[in-house]
Amino acid sequence: MMRPKQQRLVLVVAALVALGGAALLALWGLESRAAYFVTPSDIVAGKVEAGVPLRLGGMVREGSLDRKPDGVTVSFEAVSGADVVEVSYTGILPDLFREGSGMVAEGRLGADGRFLADTILAKHDERYMPPPLEKAQAAGETLER
Amino acid sequence: MHRFANPTRFLKFARPATWVCLSLGLLLLVPGIYGGLFITPPDYLQGDSARILYVHVPAAWLGMAGWSGLAAASIAQIVWRHPLAFVAAQATAPVGAVFAALCLATGSIWGRPTWGTWWEWDGRLTSMLILFFLYLAYIALADADRERGGEGRIAAIFGIAGTAILPVIHYSVLWWNTLHQGQSISFVRGESSIAEELFWPLPLTAGGFTLLFAAAVLMFMRAELARGRVEARLRRQAEGQR
Repeated sequence: MMRPKQQRLVLVVAALVALGGAALLALWGLESRAAYFVTPSDIVAGKVEAGVPLRLGGMVREGSLDRKPDGVTVSFEAVSGADVVEVSYTGILPDLFREGSGMVAEGRLGADGRFLADTILAKHDERYMPPPLEKAQAAGETLER
Repeated sequence: MHRFANPTRFLKFARPATWVCLSLGLLLLVPGIYGGLFITPPDYLQGDSARILYVHVPAAWLGMAGWSGLAAASIAQIVWRHPLAFVAAQATAPVGAVFAALCLATGSIWGRPTWGTWWEWDGRLTSMLILFFLYLAYIALADADRERGGEGRIAAIFGIAGTAILPVIHYSVLWWNTLHQGQSISFVRGESSIAEELFWPLPLTAGGFTLLFAAAVLMFMRAELARGRVEARLRRQAEGQR
């Protein structure tokens, strides 16, 4: 026979296990819907419908940033792995937006496969370091997880 | 733990412990904050705005650690019926809520110059906001239960159930695409992607804020015990006059 104290302990442990399991199942089900953005790979794989509002997250390919003569319109290539999607945007870019770094664009996919962005957010990575180390460290690594 | 079941014995320990935590905490915070703001070099990408991490990161940890403590106290309350457990859980809730709010506020201030937005509904930000709301809900629930003369059993169950948000916050940046970057510091692997020159004030501010957290919880507990004594004395007096 268990004492009441032990009964309550078993009950609490069982409740915690059940709770954890329920939470895991719910999150598993949420996985694709809770994604904050889609990647260029999702677009290349044809998982994204044209014209639907969504966010696109990827790395800005080095050397792809093209500023148009009007001064506020830019286009660049967003990459994830080997997949590339061209993004065009008219507006002010955040300070941390730069080639080789991460970004998230809000907008929709055009029928021609270009992504038309209404808003651009800069995404930075989890590394923090003083300026002189920058070149040595950034050489090999990408910012992508 | 049951040694402290007697409030008098607990108070004998809590009174000096409050001051030790408070003074030690300030002793760690002063060099930590000064070092983080003035001595460390700026970040290579974000410049000076990354300095907010010396407050933001400890605030996030303590917001989550606070709920862990609240849940542990709730388990002690349900299983062992420890007389101080409900007092401890109730004292932790407002302090944890303040640190969760501090985490959200500093994160928002940090997000504007770096990401280009005050707020986005990404997995990490949203789950942290839910934790803040859980604190508020716990406070409301515990107060309502106490007002009706309850022992806080429902609040304790809520405190235990709320732990489900903690792994969600932790893993949100790994499971889902988020605007928030991945974790910089892994306690499990003992690794950090923060360069040493920028890292050293963080343990100081984290330790300092933790001690301030503990001091605030002890103060709330002492205030609650004192309130209980006042009520008991007033009741005795009222009965004596009759």
